[in-house]
Amino acid sequence: MRKAITGHKAIAEAMRQIEPDVVAVYPITPQSEIAEYYADYVHNGLVHTELVPVESEHSALSACIGAAAAGGRVMTATSSQGLALMVEVLYIAAGMRLPIVMALANRSLSAPINIHCDHSDAYLARDSGAVQIFCENAQEAYDYTLMAQRIAEDMNIRLPVIVNLDGFTLTHTVQPVDLLEDEVAKKFVGECKQFSPLLDVDHPVTWGPFAMPDYYFELKRAQQAGMEAVPEVFRKVQEEFSKISGRQYAGFFEAYKLADAEYAMVVLGSTAGTAKMAVDELRARGMKVGLLKPWLWRPFPAEEIAEALRNVKAVAVLDRAFSFGTMGALFEDVASALYPLKQRPILANYIYGLGGRDTTVPELVRAFEELPKIRKTEWALRYIGLRE
Amino acid sequence: MPSIKVLAEREERGARFTGGHTLCAGCAEPMVVRTVLNAIEDPVVVASPTGCLEVASSRFPGTAWNVPWIHVAFENAAAVISGVEAAYKALQKKGKISRRIRFVVFAGDGGTYDIGLQALSGALERGHDFLYVCLNNEAYMNTGVQRSSATPRYASATTAPYGEAIPGKPQKRKDLTEIVAAHGIPYVAQAAVSHLIDLANKVERAMKYEDPKFINVLTTCPLGWRTPRDSAVQQAKLAVETRYWPLYEVIEGQYKINYKPKERVPVEEWLKTQGRFRHLFRDPRGKELIAQIQAEVDRRWELLLQKEKCFGGGE
Repeated sequence: MRKAITGHKAIAEAMRQIEPDVVAVYPITPQSEIAEYYADYVHNGLVHTELVPVESEHSALSACIGAAAAGGRVMTATSSQGLALMVEVLYIAAGMRLPIVMALANRSLSAPINIHCDHSDAYLARDSGAVQIFCENAQEAYDYTLMAQRIAEDMNIRLPVIVNLDGFTLTHTVQPVDLLEDEVAKKFVGECKQFSPLLDVDHPVTWGPFAMPDYYFELKRAQQAGMEAVPEVFRKVQEEFSKISGRQYAGFFEAYKLADAEYAMVVLGSTAGTAKMAVDELRARGMKVGLLKPWLWRPFPAEEIAEALRNVKAVAVLDRAFSFGTMGALFEDVASALYPLKQRPILANYIYGLGGRDTTVPELVRAFEELPKIRKTEWALRYIGLRE
Repeated sequence: MPSIKVLAEREERGARFTGGHTLCAGCAEPMVVRTVLNAIEDPVVVASPTGCLEVASSRFPGTAWNVPWIHVAFENAAAVISGVEAAYKALQKKGKISRRIRFVVFAGDGGTYDIGLQALSGALERGHDFLYVCLNNEAYMNTGVQRSSATPRYASATTAPYGEAIPGKPQKRKDLTEIVAAHGIPYVAQAAVSHLIDLANKVERAMKYEDPKFINVLTTCPLGWRTPRDSAVQQAKLAVETRYWPLYEVIEGQYKINYKPKERVPVEEWLKTQGRFRHLFRDPRGKELIAQIQAEVDRRWELLLQKEKCFGGGE
């Protein structure tokens, strides 16, 4: 069923179809509409979720942790400072191996305060142990919210999953979205699988124990194993979802006109759509360019990305956030991924779009056109759309 | 009301909090935890924030808990139990759980008065069905006796030590019981480890409500108060007798003082038995400081009497 809806509505519709046992959520621009739509569903009896209207994002995720450990299926959503407040407990949710799916309406972090899009919030949670997926449009946000539930709850994974969608650019713009029938979506997501739930009072378990140097390391190693289990499950879930939706999701990233490309761009989120237009324009002029748009950012699919980029001459890696004091986080991921290759493409790192700064097709065309002139990979940042 | 015999029988039948913990010798916390859990008949799920009880009861791979128990962080126990309770309600509605389960938080004063106050206030306002028990030992004992907003005025704490310029903690302690009562929840009480039957009765009365319930229990810490290891009960008893820590309840807004000491015992009698107040008896300023402490005890006691008079249930 095709509908013209915002990214928020697409996420809310996926949540309605998933119908989690508990949604604990706190409003923040530009995420608030998700909380509003869902409260509307609850208050009109469309879903039978327990809505916990918490007093902060810290409590939102804390309540989710309690509910997930209790044996319920739980979801939340946040943005920017909200995620920053959550980060302490996000690490704990991952450490306790709790499947919690969260939409993150990507917004810049203060200061200065700004409500518009960049990826500094997602980057803040980079090492939290949460799986992170990036979406180009509302359709992907809907699709990956459904898929995220399966990934999070897989018995070999049991980790929080963040579905990133660019604040305002995706959350507030109306786009055509194909929704699955409710029964089809519900069947795909399936019943929530419990693991030693707190509410099984006949089999009491201790959740969140204290681990000293004699065990901490092994427990964290086990958590890493959960991350390592993600790629295989991700592919399986994609395959199954492609069958029921008719939309093709195959792999950890979308490769757009990349097969014979001499120059490539790597970018997360909605700017990939702009980059595709830049690729088309340059292809029309005879320049062999292509795009790599990661869906899965954590865990980072390094080998597959290296394979996809091995034959290009140069790659522009775009980061929509600083990692102050070093290069962009995505750039460092890509550089590390390429390191094992004997012949590596030249890399350039561009910082773009901070605090909602618009990034245009001509700007990305210029970035592509710059690539043939770059003689070697340098440890220096370049900027798109910055007044200097 | 649960008698000593009933409490003992329940403990014998199957301890909910076992001896496998590493709390200090003389710590009052296990007495409070066992009394509270034995005063509840239904199955329980317990949450604790970071603190003495958490660290001493859950060292992996062991556990002292024979009931489902969860710890997440320092400031969020009330939010965590909110989520557990919400999941319970959801699964109950779906017919996946049929038994009645009750929810209890055991938290220290740091995790309640200070860093956990926002989460507690939020959970009280939302009306979750849980009992929050503050194991109030009046400082951050787990991390080495740092001052909290529950620490009494002029007590010496490691972050508010007795010094030449400033004689201990300069500020008065926060009256959290009244702050909680202001949320309008149906059951709020103060109790002490010295009066365990009173505590058990309070738990039983509290658990009649399917709303938030709060009990602030004065829980002696011999290490932090610098008193002998066998003094926990006696210390709390003196706190009650001196009217420093009144035993009272606010049930559906009605105040009831559970115990009114017949004689007026000066607070000095309680202060002089504790190392954390020792400087008050050596410093030339001590007399004046003790007088200030006494004035505050009297002021709060009078206020409580007035509240009971104005908002009492009538006897």
